[in-house]
Amino acid sequence: MSSVLSIEREGERVVAQKADPLRHSLLRAEGVSKQYGPVTVLSDVTLDILPGEIHAIIGENGAGKSTFMRLLSGYIEPTAGTLALNGEHVRFAKPEQAQDAGIALVHQEILLAEALTVAENLFLGRELMRNGVVDDRTMRRLATEKLAELGCLVSPNALVRNIALADRQLVQIARALLDDYRIVIFDEPTAVLTGEEVERLLAIILQLKEQGAAVLYISHRLDEVQRLADKVTVLRDGKKIGTYPGRTLSQMDMARLMVGRDLAALYPEKRTKAAGEAMLTVRDLSVPGFAKNISFQAHKSEILGFAGMIGAGRTELFEGIMGLRPATGTVELEGKPINIRSPRAVLDAGIGYLTEDRKGKGLLLHERLAPNLTLSALTRFHPGIFLRRSREQDALRTAVEQYDIRLKSFGVKAGQLSGGNQQKLLLAKVLLTTPSVVVIDEPTRGIDIANKAQIYAFIQSLVAEGKACIVISSEMQELIGICDRILVMREGRLRGEVSGDAMTEHNVALLAISDAAADGNVGGRK
Amino acid sequence: MTIMVNSTAIRPEREWNIGWTDVGPFVALIVLMLIGFLINPDFLSATNLGNVITRSAFIAIIAVGATFVISCGGLDLSVGSMAAFITGITILFMNRMAPDWGMMAIPAGMMVAIVVGLFCGLMNGLIVTIGRIEPFIATLGTMGIFRALITYMSDGGSIPIDRSLRDAYRPVYFGTFAGIPLPIIISVAVAAVASFILYKMKYGRKCAAVGANEDVARYSGISIIKTRTIAYTIQGACVAIAAICYVPRLGAATPTTGVLWELQVITAVVIGGTALRGGKGHVWGTVAGAVILELIANLMVLSDFVSEYLVAGVQGVIIIIAMLIQRFSK
Ligand SMILES: Nc1ncnc2c1ncn2[C@@H]1O[C@H](COP(=O)(O)OP(=O)(O)OP(=O)(O)O)[C@@H](O)[C@H]1O
Ligand SMILES: [Mg+2]
Repeated sequence: MSSVLSIEREGERVVAQKADPLRHSLLRAEGVSKQYGPVTVLSDVTLDILPGEIHAIIGENGAGKSTFMRLLSGYIEPTAGTLALNGEHVRFAKPEQAQDAGIALVHQEILLAEALTVAENLFLGRELMRNGVVDDRTMRRLATEKLAELGCLVSPNALVRNIALADRQLVQIARALLDDYRIVIFDEPTAVLTGEEVERLLAIILQLKEQGAAVLYISHRLDEVQRLADKVTVLRDGKKIGTYPGRTLSQMDMARLMVGRDLAALYPEKRTKAAGEAMLTVRDLSVPGFAKNISFQAHKSEILGFAGMIGAGRTELFEGIMGLRPATGTVELEGKPINIRSPRAVLDAGIGYLTEDRKGKGLLLHERLAPNLTLSALTRFHPGIFLRRSREQDALRTAVEQYDIRLKSFGVKAGQLSGGNQQKLLLAKVLLTTPSVVVIDEPTRGIDIANKAQIYAFIQSLVAEGKACIVISSEMQELIGICDRILVMREGRLRGEVSGDAMTEHNVALLAISDAAADGNVGGRK
Repeated sequence: MTIMVNSTAIRPEREWNIGWTDVGPFVALIVLMLIGFLINPDFLSATNLGNVITRSAFIAIIAVGATFVISCGGLDLSVGSMAAFITGITILFMNRMAPDWGMMAIPAGMMVAIVVGLFCGLMNGLIVTIGRIEPFIATLGTMGIFRALITYMSDGGSIPIDRSLRDAYRPVYFGTFAGIPLPIIISVAVAAVASFILYKMKYGRKCAAVGANEDVARYSGISIIKTRTIAYTIQGACVAIAAICYVPRLGAATPTTGVLWELQVITAVVIGGTALRGGKGHVWGTVAGAVILELIANLMVLSDFVSEYLVAGVQGVIIIIAMLIQRFSK
C-alpha cells in the first residue's frame, strides 16, 4: 500500500500546480453525499471538473459511480453537500436544469423510448421546429450525420425496438453530442461496443476535449481509462480514495486502488485437459435476416468463444437456438434433438442463455431479488404449484455469497443494484436452471476488474464440472483470455475458427472484418 | 470463487414491505367512512354498510378477475356484456329444465354459468394471445358480440327467471350466513382464492412477470400465451360467479344488464393499486376499490350536497386521483 500512498501525494501535488486562475473548476462537487433511507451510497465526495480535461471515475461495482454521475446531472439530488458551477452555487432539481447548464449524461443503462424512431429519440424533448411545426427532415438528416460519425448506420426511421443493443447505445451517446454541452458524462459507454466503435467513440471524446469541454468517463475497461484520462478519481464504497494524474497509473495500480488490495491475474490458467465429446451440435441453423446456415459443435468441458462485429448476428443466432426468434435447423444436446420452437423446452433440455440486455430482457427491475433469481427455474424451484418462499430466500443468500453480489439490503429491487451486481444476479438466475450448456452473451458487461476475474474463474469452474460454455463477447481480449476455441461470425455467417496459438487479436479481427484471413492464419482444433 | 467479507451486514428482507400503493386504498376507505359518518351518522349502521358492500359484490368479484388480466398486461372490456350474456343463458337454461328437474335446475344452471364463463374468457384470451390482437380491440369486439347476443336472446325485452325457481334462488343474493349477506361472503371467498393464486402459487409470479416485462418473462422460459390465456379464463369464471349472484337481484336478464360495469371494474382495479400497464396485482386493494366506488355512490345519495346524478362524475374524479397518487408515490 505504500506505493499507493505515494501516488496519492504526487497526484495531489500535480493537481495543485495546475490550479491556475484561468483553469478554474467548471463544476465542483463539495462534500456531496447520497443516502437511500438508512443506506449510504455516497459519502462526502469532493471533486473538481476542469474544462478541456478528461476525468475518469473508476471503482468497483456498487462503489457509487453512477449515483455520483446522476447527482451531477440532476437526476437525483444529494442528501448533503453542494454543487458549484463556475464558482457559483447551483442546485439541479431536474435533469433539464443540468442540461440547460450544459451538462449531459449518457446513462449506463439504455433509456430510450422503444416505440419511437431513432431520430425521434435523438431529439426527444428538444425537437427542432420550423414555421411552428416539427422539422422532421432536418432532424432525420442531423440524426444520420451524428450517428455516422459514431459509425452507427441504422436508419433514422428505424424503430428503436428493432435495432441492436449496440446501436441503441450509440443512439444514446449521440443524444449527448447533439448540443454543445460543456460537460459530457459517459457512464460505461463502451460496455456493449466492439473494437471499431470503441475507437470511434474514443476519438470523438478526444475531440470534445480539444473543443474545451470537460468529459467525465466511467469504464471498467481500464485500458481505455489509461489511454484517455488526464485525471483518474477512484471511488471505493461510496468514498473518494483520491484523484491521480492519469498517465502515471498503470492498470494494475488502478485495479489496486479500486479494490484496496492486490489482485491476482485477470485470466485463469488455461486448462491443458482436452475437451470432451460433443455436447451441443447445431446444424444448418438459420435465423431469417440475421444468421445463415450455421453449423458448429460445443464440447464437454470446453469454453467456446463467438467473436464478430456488431451486427454479425451472434446474439440473434443464439436467440434462435433458444427458441426466442423464429429459426430453422437442428439443435442436438448430447445427441438428443431439441425443439427450438419453445423457449421452455430449450431451457428444460439444459441450455441456459444469459442475455446481453439485462435491463430489457434479463431482470424485472421493479421486482425484488428473490423472484428475479428463481424466475426461469420456477418449476424446478417450487415443485408443485405453490411457492416455497423460504427456499427462495435461502437460494438468494447462497447466490449472494457465491457470486459475491454486493448489496446493502435483501429487500432492494433488482433495478436498485449497481450495474455490475445486476449482471451477477442475472448469472445466478441463469445458472439456477442447472444447464449443461451455458451461453453467456457479454459475460462481463459492466463488471469491474476484480469481479471479471471472479467471473472468468467461475466460467472455468463450470466447464471443470463437465458443462460446455459458450461465450459471446465484444471484448476480444476476453475471448482470447478464456476461450479454448473461437468461432468468428461476419454478416450472419460463420467465417472461420481460431484456436491454440493462432488465437490472436490480429487473426480474429481479420476474420471478423474480411475474408482475407481465410487461409493460413486459421488454426485447426488443437 | 472467493467470498469477500462485506464490511457492513446486509439488511434482511422484511417479510412485508408495505408501501403507499398497498395501504392507500384501505386508508381511503376508512377516510370515506369517517366522512360518511360526519355527514349522516346512519351511514355507519350495520344495515347501511351491509347494503353498500352487498351491492358492490358484483363489481368486486369481476374486478378480482380483472386484477389477473390487468396484472399480466391485458385488459378486458367485455366483462359487463359477458355478465349479461351469462345471466341470460343461465336463466334460459334453468327455466327450460325446471319442469323436468325441479329445484335441481338451479345448481345445474350455476354449472352452466361457470362453463359458459370459462369458455367466454378462454375465447377472449385466445383472440388476444394466439390472434395477437390488442386486448382493447379484441375485447371491444367481444363486448359488442355478447351485448348483441343478450339483446337477441331477450328479443330486446327481458328474460325473467321462472316463478317456480324464484324463491329457491332468492337467498343467493338476499340470504345471509351468520348474519353476513351471502354476496359478501362469496366475494371475500373469491378474493381469498385469488390472492392465494396470485401470491402463493407459481402462476401468480408468472402473471406479474409477464405484465412487468414480456421480454424478461419470455427469456425466462415463461409462456406468454399460456399465462395471458389463463388470466382471461379466470376473468371469465369470475364474471360467471358474479352473474350467478346477480340473477336473483332483479330476477331477470335484460339488454341493459351490466352496462358500463367494465368501467367500474377497471376503476376498482386501478384504485386498488394495480398498475394499468401491468405488474404486481393487488387483489384486496381491488376489493377495497369496488367498495369505495359503491360507498361514494351511497354517500351522494345520503347527503344533500351533491346530486346523485353526478355519481359517475365523482367516480371519474376518483380514478384520476388514484392514478395521480400512483404516479407521484413512485
Ligand atoms: N434507489 C436506490 N435505492 C437503494 N440503493 C440504491 C439505489 N440506487 C443505487 N443504490 C445502491 O447504491 C450503490 C451504488 O450504486 P451505483 O449504481 O452508483 O454503483 P456503480 O459504482 O455505478 O457500480 P457499477 O460499476 O456496477 O455500475 C449500490 O450498492 C446500489 O445497490
Ligand atoms: Mg454504474
